[in-house]
Amino acid sequence: MIRVVLPHHLRTLTGVDGEVLLELDGQPTQQAVLDALEERYPVLRGTIRDHGTKKRRDFIRFFACGRDLSLQPADEPLPEAVASGSEIFRVVGAMAGG
Amino acid sequence: MSGVRLLVGTRKGAFVLTSDGTRDEWDVSGPLFAGWEIYHVNGSPADPDRLYASQTSGWFGQVVQRSDDGGTTWAPVGNEFAYDGLAGTHQWYDGTQHPWEFARVWHLEPSASDPDTLYAGVEDAALFRSTDGGHSWQELSGLREHQTGEQWQPGAGGLCLHTILIHPEDPARIVVAISAAGAFRTDDGGETWRPINRGLRSGELPDEDREVGHCVHRIALNPSRPDVLFMQKHWDVMRSDDGGDSWHEVSGNLPSDFGFPIAVHAHEPDTVYVVPIKSDSEHVPPDAKLRVYRSRTGGDEWEALTNGLPQSHCYVNVLRDAMAVDALDPGGVYFGTTGGQVYASPDGGDSWSAIVRDLPPVLSVEAQTLQ
Repeated sequence: MIRVVLPHHLRTLTGVDGEVLLELDGQPTQQAVLDALEERYPVLRGTIRDHGTKKRRDFIRFFACGRDLSLQPADEPLPEAVASGSEIFRVVGAMAGG
Repeated sequence: MSGVRLLVGTRKGAFVLTSDGTRDEWDVSGPLFAGWEIYHVNGSPADPDRLYASQTSGWFGQVVQRSDDGGTTWAPVGNEFAYDGLAGTHQWYDGTQHPWEFARVWHLEPSASDPDTLYAGVEDAALFRSTDGGHSWQELSGLREHQTGEQWQPGAGGLCLHTILIHPEDPARIVVAISAAGAFRTDDGGETWRPINRGLRSGELPDEDREVGHCVHRIALNPSRPDVLFMQKHWDVMRSDDGGDSWHEVSGNLPSDFGFPIAVHAHEPDTVYVVPIKSDSEHVPPDAKLRVYRSRTGGDEWEALTNGLPQSHCYVNVLRDAMAVDALDPGGVYFGTTGGQVYASPDGGDSWSAIVRDLPPVLSVEAQTLQ
């Protein structure tokens, strides 16, 4: 079970209160988590990564296990602690603007 | 009983302001989509309960929201605005070529006859259409692919398509305006387009007859006389009597002919409203007095409307999509400011009062006349 926490504005957009729990087949990767997230909540398409290129939006970052995973290749396996559900995969909006 | 519903987009959410036909007392509800920039909210003329909102964020991109019950409940619809084919490039601020990149929807314009059909004007400048209530969007790419497209350059606010005017008798005829490319018209439903900027004079352009490059801020019309167009350009208030084929200046005695919004009275096609702003350097009202100017002669002769508006220490701006008229009798006029005030005049501009004073900066105001 993958545990995902969304930033405030995406929680209000999806109506999610708290963590999103995702069941994934096989080795979880950033891409697999985001695919499953968008499948569950289609409104998230285009808000975390670009519709066409799947590139992460500039002011979005991914954190887990105390590390910034944003620049990690999207098809690279996520840490075991994320895969096992002991650590949360966090989608974070950059602290910028007002 | 008749009434008015104002749809107000702000930097931090949308607000809905409602009143009965007297327009004396207003109910203010919101914010909807709190914390998001709401560039525009607009209703379908064919079904006033069908509303669309452009919800945007520098972090999370574009969302389009739709309501089928007059704004009580909302649901997101399609947000994929993919340019048709290879997007190509336009001119950047430094004169180099820059790829066309979608940023946000500035303006939503529903069809007069079908609540499921609407147009979206976007940044970087392009026109999209949906025929399924906003679930999917197709670009009318003949506009962006116009031979002048490579010369289009963004204004300070971005390369935005902000004005969409659908001819009330011939919906295949559409006028759009882009900052800072100019005005364009299609007569065939969006397949082909041509610039309609003849007569515009922009001091910053060395070639005064240049086909594109004009910073048009807003165009408005009265539906009973749809070939008469009024334009607030960066500088200059302009008028066309031939659907945009040619323009002449009608700034007349305005204290400044710089400004953003322009509106035409719902029943009096020669009654026009602008909000003069001191200059493009300062973006504040002249003499710190917030004055709407009204012409009852189709331009050139303007009178200041001040009753109820602040006449000292006022430094707000009124943005291009933030003025609207209702269709009641007498006709109402409304505008919102960057200071968060929404002003209403139920008597065509003779007197004004603030419906609400402390909203976030107002980006857009639309008025729905409810019967």
